[in-house]
Amino acid sequence: MINTFVVLAEAATKETEHNPIQPIWQELVVGSVAFAVLCFVLIKFVFPQMEKTFQARVDAIEGGIKRAEAAQAEANELLEQYRAQLAEARTEAARIRDEARADAEGIRQDVLAKAREESDRIIAAGNEQLAAQRESIVRELRSEVGTLAVDLAGKIVGEALADEARTRGTVERFIADLDTAGTAGGR
Amino acid sequence: MVIAQSAVLAAEFPPSVEDFYLPSILPWGAENNYWFTKITVLVWVAVAAIIVYFLASYRKPQLVPTKKQWLAESIYGFVRNNIAVDMIGPRGVAFAPYLTTLFMFILVNNFFGIVPFVQISPNSHIAFPAILAVISYVMFIYVGVRHHGFVKYFKHALIPPAPWFILPLLIPIEFFSNFLVRPFSLAVRLFANMFAGHMLLLVFTLGGFAMISANVALAPVSVLSWVLTIALTFLEFLVICLQAYVFTVLTASYVQGALADEH
Repeated sequence: MINTFVVLAEAATKETEHNPIQPIWQELVVGSVAFAVLCFVLIKFVFPQMEKTFQARVDAIEGGIKRAEAAQAEANELLEQYRAQLAEARTEAARIRDEARADAEGIRQDVLAKAREESDRIIAAGNEQLAAQRESIVRELRSEVGTLAVDLAGKIVGEALADEARTRGTVERFIADLDTAGTAGGR
Repeated sequence: MVIAQSAVLAAEFPPSVEDFYLPSILPWGAENNYWFTKITVLVWVAVAAIIVYFLASYRKPQLVPTKKQWLAESIYGFVRNNIAVDMIGPRGVAFAPYLTTLFMFILVNNFFGIVPFVQISPNSHIAFPAILAVISYVMFIYVGVRHHGFVKYFKHALIPPAPWFILPLLIPIEFFSNFLVRPFSLAVRLFANMFAGHMLLLVFTLGGFAMISANVALAPVSVLSWVLTIALTFLEFLVICLQAYVFTVLTASYVQGALADEH
């Protein structure tokens, strides 16, 4: 018990030694230096770096948005352009088609006209040839009929007709008579 | 023998202010030599730990942060956005680095109060809170004077918008509260919280020993006492974070008051 009192008394005397509300100057010095070092390092090297990173992050995000917007605008512009080109191409195609149709029609008309012309020409040529052949046949027949008739008449009469010119005249007259008779009878 | 032992333990029991003043480490065991004590060592450890932590986790900052970088950033971001910018406004960004440093210094130093085997916070010695309070005090006055000009700042700080006849009463009050009480309240609040926290843990721990050595029948109460010590440690954790936050917020608030254009 006595011991306890002694120790307690000692504690009591010590208590007066230290006042907890009174700073110890050595600790003030140590604390100031330590805190100054901490402030120096963190404020100088760490937090500006963080601010920079934050800023870079903001820039990156904003830049990304801006880039996306620019790309979007460009895409829209391209789309418009393509649409315009497409419309242009469509009208062009329609125009070409119309032209082609018109051309085809023209060509058809041409070919038709040409064919008609050709057929007309062929028909005309045929007609002409027919007429010429008829003419020559008629002429041939006429001379043949003449000689046949003369031969026949000679044989019948038994004498040769001396005067050929006269004979020819007689034959011509005979044939002309035949002709007129033939045409009159045929019609 | 039993009596002597119990006497020693009992002597330890009512923890006193002397329990906060540990013998020096270098030179070993010297009383009243404060250059190299557990307290100063802890302060240096705190400073070194914070510096190493921030430098290591922020050595190569990337746009897309790693987990470590994110943690360091969110500490700074918390003080920057939730204290500096919230209290001071856009101008608060300039104060964010100091406030974060302050916050981390107080937090880590407080935290020593509940680290097993360390269990004393340097902030339970008033010297350290006092330094921080003086810095805050000088800072808010300097900021105010620089912002408003010397005369205008003191006018702004001392003369509230009130009828003239009440001013003789208000001006001394304003002076007292703004320029005398503020640094003391800052320092004493932090110091007293840490001091009391340490004292509480001591009382419950040593109280357990005192009871069990006084009478073995009191063992269950001793155990209860130690369990309560653990519970109180959790309470201390809350106080530690809260006091670091409060100190930082009040500093920011004083700066805001000095920068404010209106009352």
